[in-house]
Parts: sequence; C-alpha cells; structure tokens
Amino acid sequence: MNEMLMKLCEINGASGDESKIRDFIRKNITADDAFTDNLGNLIVFKKGKKTPKNKIMFAAHMDEVGLMITYADSDGFLRFGAVGGINPEVLLGRGFKLESGAYAVCATKAIHQQSSDERKRIPEIGELYLDIGASSREEAEQKAPLGSYAYFDADFFEFGDGFLKGKAIDDRAGCLIMMNMINGQPEYDAWYAFTVQEEIGTRGAAAAAFTVVPDIAFVLETTTACDIARVSGDKKVCELGKGAVVSYMDNGTLYDRGLYSLAMKTANENNIPVQTKTLIAGGNDSRAIHVSRSGVRTCAISVPCRYLHSPSCVIKTSDFDAVSALAEKMLSAAADI
Amino acid sequence: MEIKSVLKTLTESTGVSGDEFSVSEKAADFLREYADNVSVDAFGSVLGFVKAEDPNAKTLLLDAHIDQVGLIVTFIDENGFIGVGACGSPDLKTLLAQSVTIHGKKEVLGVVSTLPPHVSKASKEKSAPEIGDIFIDIGLSKEEAEKVISLGDRITINSSFRELSETKISAPAIDNRSGVCAVLHALEMLKGKKTAYNIAVCFSCREETGESGAKMNGFKIQPDEALVVDVSFGNTPDSSEKDTAKLGSGVMIGFSAGLDKEMSNKLCALAKNANIPFTREIMPSSTGTNADVIGISGRGVKCCTLSLPIRYMHTAVETADLRDIEAVATLICEYAEEK
Repeated sequence: MNEMLMKLCEINGASGDESKIRDFIRKNITADDAFTDNLGNLIVFKKGKKTPKNKIMFAAHMDEVGLMITYADSDGFLRFGAVGGINPEVLLGRGFKLESGAYAVCATKAIHQQSSDERKRIPEIGELYLDIGASSREEAEQKAPLGSYAYFDADFFEFGDGFLKGKAIDDRAGCLIMMNMINGQPEYDAWYAFTVQEEIGTRGAAAAAFTVVPDIAFVLETTTACDIARVSGDKKVCELGKGAVVSYMDNGTLYDRGLYSLAMKTANENNIPVQTKTLIAGGNDSRAIHVSRSGVRTCAISVPCRYLHSPSCVIKTSDFDAVSALAEKMLSAAADI
Repeated sequence: MEIKSVLKTLTESTGVSGDEFSVSEKAADFLREYADNVSVDAFGSVLGFVKAEDPNAKTLLLDAHIDQVGLIVTFIDENGFIGVGACGSPDLKTLLAQSVTIHGKKEVLGVVSTLPPHVSKASKEKSAPEIGDIFIDIGLSKEEAEKVISLGDRITINSSFRELSETKISAPAIDNRSGVCAVLHALEMLKGKKTAYNIAVCFSCREETGESGAKMNGFKIQPDEALVVDVSFGNTPDSSEKDTAKLGSGVMIGFSAGLDKEMSNKLCALAKNANIPFTREIMPSSTGTNADVIGISGRGVKCCTLSLPIRYMHTAVETADLRDIEAVATLICEYAEEK
C-alpha cells in the first residue's frame, strides 16, 4: 500500500486541477461503471456479491491544497494565492513545482536583514513570492502563466514505527482505500465518488451526491491529529496509532447518530481500533453530502493525520488499515439497516 | 570541473557546524586534484597547499567555510519527540513541517511538528516559533529514539538541488559550499600556471558558530594575505537595493575598516582589467566573515573578502547564480597568478 500511496501523493492535483490524479485512479480501478461528471468528479459503481436495500456511496476527495500564480513582477518574481487553507509558515524555506515542470522556491530576505519585528512575525501569504530564477516578467509568465498552479515539491518516506510522510496524503489515503475496495470483492453493490474541489468548500461532493442519490454515505478522509509535543488532553483532537476516527460533529456536519453508534459498535465487534475527535475542528465532504437533496445519512471515517495541508502530512499505516477494515465492514453493516 | 556538478555533490553532503567531517571528506577529495598535502584536521577543516616556484614567495590563504547552519538535539521528550537548539542562526520561521534528517547512530528521518490551519488561530499577527517551541517527530517512542539518537546529534533540513534556471541554483548549504566551489574552480584554473604566492587552502569548519575553524588555521598557516570567500546578500523583492547585490552581477569585493584597502583596490583593478563583473560590498566596521578572525591571527594577516550574492541565506532553499561563482573563481585566479 505504501508504494501505491506514494504514487498517488506524488501526482499533483489541487482543487480545480484534478485531471491527472483522476486519470491515474481511473486507470487503476476495475469498475462496473465509471464516469467523469461536469465538475470532474469520478463516479464509480462496483457490483458486490449482493445488492443492498440502501443505496450506499463512499466518497474521498482527489484534490489537495496548492498555490495559484496571480502576478509576475518586472524582476521575474511571482505572487500567488492559496488554493485551500495553507498556513504561510509551511511555504517558507521550501521548494515547489510548477505545472510547466519548472522549480520554484519560497522564502524571505535573509534572517540577518530582518528587523527584530520581522524575525518574530510570520508573514502573510500576500507578502510572499516565488522565485523561479526568471529575470523578467515575460520569462516568468512563460514558465508560470497567471492562473497556473504551484505544488509542494516534497519527499515521501516511511519513518519511525510505521509512519508515512508526504504531501497530499489528505486525501489520497481515502482515495486509495476506495480503490482497494473497488478492486477487491465487495460484499455489496456500492457507489464510489472520487470528488473534486473539497479543499475550497466541498464543492465536488455536492454535485456527486446529487447525481448518485445515496441513502447512506461514508466519507473516507484524513483528519486533524495534534498529538505532538506540548499538546495535551482534548487539544490533541485524536492520536496516531489509536485507529480509525469516527466523528460525531465537526465544523461542517452534525453526523448521523445511528451511523456513528453503528460504526463504533462494528469496530469494537471486529477488533478494529477506533477513536473519536476530542475537539470540534475541521470539516470534509460530509458537509455537502449530508444536505444533498432531501438529506443523506452520513458518517465520516478518517485516518488521523498530523501536519495537514503541509508538504509533510504524517499518518500511521496501522490507522490506514483500521479505516480500510472499518469501511469494508460498514458497507455490510449499513446495507440493510 | 563542472561547477554545477561539484556544487551538487557538496550541497548534497551535510556538515552542520561542529560535525563537518562528512562534507569535509568530499571537499578534500576534490581538493586533492589541485593541491598537495590535503588533509582534514581534528576539528573538521580541510587544508591543502600549492607551492610557488619562488622559494621566497609570500603565502596567500584562500579560505571558504564549509559548515552550514542547522539544529542540534537537546532533549528527547516522554513521547519520543526531539527538542532542539540552533547551530548558527537558521531562520526558525522556515522550519515548521519541514522534512529533516537527524545524524544519529544512523540517519533518522523526521518532520518538524506544527499545528495545521484547522486548529491554529487565523489571527493576523502570527508569531514565529522560538527555538524551544521546535520539536521533531520521528515516529519512535522515547526508548526506541534513545537507541539511535543522542543529545548533541546534528540535524539538517532535507531539501533538493533545484535548477531554477540555466544559471540559478537553489539548494541547502549554498552558504558556503558555493564559496568552496569557487576556490576549487580557481585552483583548477591555476593548475600548471605560475603562481605569485604559495597558496594555502582552508575550507574551515565552525564559521556559523563563531569562526573558530578559521581562527585556528589562520594561526597554523600564518599567511601573509588571505582572500576570504563567502556568500553575501542577493536581491529579493522584500530587501532593499542598497543592502543587496543582484544575482548574476558578479563577485562582490569587500571594503571594510578591518580589510586591507590596498587589496580591495587591487582586486577591483584586476576585475576591471580582466572584464570580470564585480560590485563593491561595503561593510563599514566588521565583515561578519572569517576575515574578521583571520586578520588578527598570529602576527596579523592582510585580508579581503570576495563574496557572491545569494538569496534566502540560512534557509534550505538558498539560491545562487553559477555565473557569480565563476566570477569569484576568475578573480582569485587573476590575483594569485604570476604575471
């Protein structure tokens, strides 16, 4: 799974630029039906051994956060905006790759030349610029047309006791879990939506849910884990190594209480490690899906992930396995409720 | 030598101040091509010599520091997160969520911890982290961590050698591997030519933590003159024109109260004559380079600095222009060659 996840993460695909990741996923699944809708969602149907009473849809978003070029100055430096929520500090001192294949870097003037106030403060994104080694506006715009994207040029590696580090694990991890389900032998028929534009407001999922018309939806995601040094108690939100995260509420959704309980019960019955979040934070495609048409019973099952929306998302493989196992069990558990 | 490929090798090697041996061995291998009696001293500096024909020739020291800024392990917490101190002055703002290597009993990969936007306050005035706030996630328990990591191990940021354009290169430790590169290239050009000086080369350790490598070797070599090759400030949109030189504008020749004015003037004249692009770098009192300590080693040494402008100093994406490395090398050559 690690190698496949690495491949998925290394493909650049921010919100609005998902074609490469979509094509890769399409090529690597064996489905009974698959089509791309007007927004770019990849909607897949896979027959199972049985047909469930409820129409069930799984969803995971293909897009990642990135940068969009907004301006080139006369010295060849680029200005940009964030596509999705990115803290400026995770842009500083690192490299990027442009759509044209050219490299860029982002940093500020040398620490020696910063005033004491400048040293203490993190600049806002609007103050930052990308350096592509160009010396004129023309040269810059040739390599990086306005409106084109820039992506973290980040490494992917395994480290410590079963941890994985890379960009875009949010939510290529969820995509991979769905791909594995589709390529396996699912118990029940189900729909799988690989959605677009989650990071700019769960937009793709709204269209996908409208099209599929599910009775029940499971969103497979990565979610904020803050189990790091100097963070304790509820502020950790959830922890790596403690299993799948099932949410009761986040900033986008009040989750279906019945499905939440069913997921907890199913996990416990099958010895799948499971936890919930201790802080109401974040949001995902459930936000759009649960209010689709006349409402969809929705449950989010997530891989806890540190350093979301940075070049260094970190997950633990045992949690990925727990989400995979729970997603599969929930298809059966929710089939006939 | 191809400057770019030597620079790539040198920037892909690591050597945080006080632990330079890995990169120093690489640099020594390059230096053996052009100099005699090459060695790495007990502290990590690389030394080499090129003798002049004239037995009475003066000694010219070519110094370029080989160390880079980085972090050092100071603490392992109860959950295996690694607390750090700074070696030199890395820009702490640029460290969060970086991929890092801890040079312990083996190379241990990790990530600098940070909070994501989902929970961090989106307040307008965001504070940069202090060194005590920086912890590294290595995905190991304290017990497992202690088997491979010891307090005092050095840490480097993982970044790549990126060719931004035909001549502009971004890489970690361009400060001052680009200077080392310039010295190597100058020696290559001098090979087989008569030199006006006995040349001593020192790729000195520990510049970033107080120039101590240069202090020791300034004394040991006791040269008559020294050219100190280091990086200086390149133009960026957020810096002022008066404090920086443009990338690609050539070698920056130092003028400072602590430098030898005749040398500075001579270097300008040589550059002008040989059509080497140059600018004057004015540093009124001290230079902030090894020249400050070499100048007062032993019975005293005449010094001048030759710098090349780089952007984003003390980050993992330092950016230089190969043409400036070439200009520094060519001017060293002009200075040292017997005319």
